[in-house]
Order: sequence, then structure tokens, then C-alpha cells
Amino acid sequence: MKCFSRYLPYLFRPPSTILSSSCHTEADIISTVEFNATGELLATGDKGGRVVVFQREQESKNQPHRRGEYNVYSTFQSHEPEFDYLKSLEIEEKINKIRWLPQQNAAYFLLSTNDKTVKLWKISERDKRPEGYNLKDEDGRIRDPATITTLRVPVLRPMDLMVEATARRIFSNGHTYHINSISVNSDYETYMSTDDLRINLWNLEITNRSFNIVDIKPANMEDLTEVITAAEFHPSHCNTFVYSSSKGSIRLCDMRASALCDNHSKFFEEPEDPNNRSFFSEIISSISDVKFSHNGRYLMTRDYLTVKVWDLNMENKPLETYQVHDYLRSKLCSLYENDCIFDKFECVWNGSDSVIMTGSYNNFFRMFDRNTKRDVTLEASRENSKPRAILKPRKVCVGGKRRKDEISVDSLDFSKKILHTAWHPSENIIAVAATNNLYIFQDKVN
Amino acid sequence: MECAVDAQTLISISLRKIHSSRTQRGGIRLHKNLLVSYVLRNARQLYMSEKYAEIYRMQQYEEVMTVCNEIQELDPLDVSEECAEQGEECAEHAATLCGALLPVQLHAAPACAVAAAAVSSPHGEDACKEPEMSFCRNCCSEPCDFSSSSCSRTTVLDLDTHVVTTVENGCLHQDCCQGAHGHGHVQTKKRKVDFCYYAPEPEEGPDLTPCKRARSSDELPCPGSEQLDTSNISSLISMFGSGFTELVSRQADLEQSVNGHMNGQLCSKQVLASLGAWTRAIVAMHQRISASAHLGVFEKQEQQHCVLPAADRLQGHIHSSVTPVVDSVPLCNLSMW
Repeated sequence: MKCFSRYLPYLFRPPSTILSSSCHTEADIISTVEFNATGELLATGDKGGRVVVFQREQESKNQPHRRGEYNVYSTFQSHEPEFDYLKSLEIEEKINKIRWLPQQNAAYFLLSTNDKTVKLWKISERDKRPEGYNLKDEDGRIRDPATITTLRVPVLRPMDLMVEATARRIFSNGHTYHINSISVNSDYETYMSTDDLRINLWNLEITNRSFNIVDIKPANMEDLTEVITAAEFHPSHCNTFVYSSSKGSIRLCDMRASALCDNHSKFFEEPEDPNNRSFFSEIISSISDVKFSHNGRYLMTRDYLTVKVWDLNMENKPLETYQVHDYLRSKLCSLYENDCIFDKFECVWNGSDSVIMTGSYNNFFRMFDRNTKRDVTLEASRENSKPRAILKPRKVCVGGKRRKDEISVDSLDFSKKILHTAWHPSENIIAVAATNNLYIFQDKVN
Repeated sequence: MECAVDAQTLISISLRKIHSSRTQRGGIRLHKNLLVSYVLRNARQLYMSEKYAEIYRMQQYEEVMTVCNEIQELDPLDVSEECAEQGEECAEHAATLCGALLPVQLHAAPACAVAAAAVSSPHGEDACKEPEMSFCRNCCSEPCDFSSSSCSRTTVLDLDTHVVTTVENGCLHQDCCQGAHGHGHVQTKKRKVDFCYYAPEPEEGPDLTPCKRARSSDELPCPGSEQLDTSNISSLISMFGSGFTELVSRQADLEQSVNGHMNGQLCSKQVLASLGAWTRAIVAMHQRISASAHLGVFEKQEQQHCVLPAADRLQGHIHSSVTPVVDSVPLCNLSMW
């Protein structure tokens, strides 16, 4: 098991925060984290509708020990709060998901979404400025045409690097319910957006039309028993996607089969253990995140207490089940009261699909090595993180004698939760969002 | 089960969550409200099963009380003649019914409710099919603790085991579960039981006709039990009623602050009038939640009043006396939708 060290003394806090680290404004809470396809860029979205993009420094020979730090590359306001007058609804500006598009030219493209609207952003650099206009002078004032005697061709002169973000497409009015996920297709032409009851397929170029490919809304809303919680395209098969439900099931659909994919091709569900039946069985079985492995052979799902890895060829039970924080099973009642039971944790694969990672409470996050079956609990906190310090594994003591360095279940801080994490696509670099702070950890390499 | 939370607390917490979700930023979350409605449904199912068992027992008890009273009026000789015809079945029937019944209790534990339902649901006829079944066996099959009930001292005889038992102040002293025949007066178990029982005259000899009863013993416990029964029922109503009043008044307060036009007082009285109304409230609430307030928010609201499905669909065994047929009562606490 690799040891992760906080090699990078990196703590991100938005510049608008003037409060101490113990309190923060609601708008600064990070709501999504995503690496791009090469890992060069890392995007975060927050509750205030802002997107902050980090870029990895190029490795330099002068300072070989400082391997690629992530620095702020661009910050922009992606979504603003809106008000739907027709339905008397306020639409939150919180960024629910960010997904990068593969890079095709010098500019970077990403999709960001709030509850209702998906936007395609272009992030481009500008390091040259044209000089020598004919019709206007350097300050931009229009010149009197009578004073122009010669013509010249403007030349590009270097300037300070400027990164600008522009909204290239706005995909609006596609969803009645709250969008919970977006996924870019491997054909790089389409993407899908998912709300509680429907999944729409969009063309990246066309904003005024989308195709509905899944609709689970019952004829009578009183018959509603489950909602869609997440969806993702297969990483290489552009016709295949999966969506998870609040009942703990995953459906795999093939878009070649029919235009409306209400009938699934595969149905993944594990029968419920009747011994664990409780008031809250439905809540803890609701899947909060679903992710394909990079090789496209496995699926990973996260429900409240476990992470499960499914083989696409086996539908009746998962391949592996990992207990994230089973000690919470006896605390479900109080977690229900304080709403923590509704927290939606995400899960991620590492680049080689050998390790999976997910978050927990008390700023803990867990990693499970699928090959060695070993797992580790780490903590993202300022106190424990010094530059180049190795993260110490943490342990939660369930009952009985509490050893030194262990934390008892009752002293866990449930307000400090790690819902969003990301893993570099090829290297062992992880980004962990702890409320309003972003931690970037890197594998220690000699 | 994780913690000792009762169904009622969960129901009130869930309703509070649903109500507060109306004022949340970003509109009502369909997913979260659906999950809350599941908790609500689970809690309601538990509460209903408890209540149903409760009411079933009460009804059985009342039936037996009625039979007790009828036989009380009969001449003892007539009773013996009748019973001689029917054999032991008469007393057996009533005895096992009596024994199978739990006295009215104020707080029924879930296990108790299940056990009671399991025992009393095979009706007296089934119990009579087992000639070997003794009263004391039935009695001891109940694992619950009973709240004490005031009862004077009575002496009764188990018709199967020929065991003399003394009931004092609701406490039963007898040797229980000792098999078919009496084994003397060893006290193996002490249970608080309130029951009406057929017993022969104590001054009669060992040849006891099954259906004879001690007149002296019968007169006291039966009326006392009846009074006890009534008082327990009324306390049940007041207990659940008060719990719900608080809930409704809180809801009403919130509503009044939000809507400003509902009369929570009127509603609470209406609901208190019948426990069944609360059942319907929860049923309808669940239905509305599954429809989700987005009916009014996202789409044009098609129904202005709560639509109740047949209670049977949700809970097939709800006793008819519990849920009245009338379902068009505008349940005010649902006007939030």
C-alpha cells in the first residue's frame, strides 16, 4: 500500500474568505472536484457557483524535488442564483458536477452544471496582444480618420498571461427535476444530463434540443418508488451507459436497442439482507455515486455504508463489497435526525483500477486496495499535514478499550465530511475536498 | 434495531423534515422527500401493527366480557346443561380466549404486539381444536409485561390442569407451564394478569363441571375488568391523541405562520375524535409525499384534496373499526401540499 504524504503544502481557500478556518461562508463549500483527462488540470466547483481551475506546474530541472504543484489557473463564476417565476422556485447556483472534455486544441473545455442548467466553458490563455491598430490608438480611443495617413498591420506582442473563461454553450430548460450528474460520451460529441426522473442526451453543439433517453416518471406520481441518483457513460462503448437508483439497483442500457432506454439491458441488484432491516434500510441502500472503471469492465457504486465493485457480467451480486464505516450502522437514528444520513458520498478509481477511494466523516477518507484487500483510513486536516509529512493511518475504535491514537465513534465530527474526492488519471495524486478546503496529496517517491 | 426510538418520534421527525423542506433553497428535493416518506411508512407500519394488535385484543376482550356477562345471567344449572352438551369446548373456548388475551395495556412493546397477534389471531376455534391446550400454557406464552390492574382477590381453577390459582391485585400466583395436570401449588412464575375466567364453586369437590364458575369470584373481576378496559381505552386515546395534538398544533402553528389560514385547533379535535383519522392522515401524507410537493410546484396541481387509496392496499389487515369508510375529510395538516 502506497503511503501518501502531503508533499505539497497546499491548502486552498478562496480569497474571499476572511474568517478563520473553523468557520467559513456557505458559498465556499466545495461541491465537486474533477481532474481532466491528462491530470494537468484540476477543477473544483463550490456552492457559490464558482469554478476554480488548478494547473500543475511543469517539472523543472532546477527544482526536482518540487514535483508539479497545483496552482490556481483560472477562477470564474459559472452559475448565478436564478428564480423560476413560473414555479416560484429559487434555483441554487451550487455546482453539482464538473466534467472535462478531452482536449482538442489549445483551449480547455469543461461542462459544469447546477440543478437546472448545464454550461460549456472554454478556458483559454492569452499571452499575446495585438498592437498597432489603425482605427484606434493604444488607449482604445477612436482615431479621427482624417489623421490616418498610413496603414499598418497590427502585430502580436507578448503580454502577461491571462486566462479567460467564456461560456460557449448554455443548455437550459432541459430538466424539470434537479440535475444530479452529467457524463461526457466517449464519442466526444454528445453528453447526458441526469435528473431525478429523466436522462437527456445532448449534442455538445446544439443547445436548443435534447433527446430524452430514460424516463422513469410514473403515470401517477403517487406510484413513485424510486428516483435516478447518478448516471455515467461507458468509458469506451459510446452506446452504453448505466444509471443508479435510490433503491440500490443499477441498470445498464444500450442506446442501440431503442430510442427510449426504459428497458434495461442489465440489472444489477443485490438482495437485501433481512437481518439488517431497519427503519432506514431504504435510505442506506440508496446509491449516491456510480463510476465505471477505467478499463470499462467494472462498476463501482457507493451507498451510505459500503462501496461495491460490480463485474459487468454478473448482475446478481457485487464482486466485492467494502465497509466504509460500518460502525455507523448503530447510529442511523441520530444520523437521520441531523440529516447526515442523506449525505451523498462519491467514490473514485485510481488510474490502474486497483485502488478505490471514498470519503467519510471527521475528514476521514478511505482507500481500499482491491488486490491486497488492505484498506487504510486517512485524515485530511491541517494539523496533521505538514509539507512532506507522511499521512498517518487513522483508526476508529468501535467499542471496548480505546487505544491511543484511536478515535471513538462518539467523538467523530459529523459536520466534517468528505463527499468529493478525485484521483489523477495516471499518477498517485489525489484531491480531497473537506468542506471549504482542498487538499492535494501525492504519493511519496524517493 | 439501533436505538430505542419509537415509531411516533420517527413519524414526527419525518413530518418535520418534510415541512422544512418546503422552505429550503432550491425547491423541494424529490429524492430526499422520497426517502423520508419511506421512513415514515416504516414507522407507520410499526405503529399500525402495534395499534392493530392492541385493538384486536381489546375487541376480543370485550367479546369475552360480553360472553362472560351473558353466562353470568344464566342459571348455573342451565350452564352446566349447555356445557354438558357442548362438552368442554364452551369453557375451553372462553378460557383459551381469556387466556390468550392480554389485558389492556398502556404501552405495547413491538415484540408483545407481534406475539399477541400471533397468539390471538388463530381464533378461539383454533385454540379449541387443541384439547390439550391449557389455559396456563396460553398465559405463559405471552412474553410481555403487563401493567398492573386493580383486581380483587379471586380464586380460580384451571379446568385442564385442575390447578387452583389465586389472583391478587392483578398478580397471578400459580404454577404455570407444568403440563396437563396439576402439580400442586408450586409457584414457578408470577405474572400480572387480569382476566375473566370460568371457575367452579370452590366448595365443590374435585368433580368439577367445567362451566361452573365461582359466582363470588366472577362478579368482582369482570366488572372491574370492564372498568379497567374502558379506562385503558380512554387513556390510550388520550395518550395518542395528546401526542398527535402536539404534532398537529405544531404543524398548525407552522402552517399558520406560513399560510395563515388553517385552523389547527379544529383539525386536532377532528382527529382526536377517531384514531383512525390519524391513520388516514399518515396514509395520505405518505401518498402525498410520494407524489411530492412538486405536484404543486413543478406541475399543475391536479388534486386539491388528499386522495386516499383503499387502506387495504397499504395495510390489508387494518380492522374495519379503526379506519372509517369516510375519507373525504379534509385533513388540514395536508394543506401544506
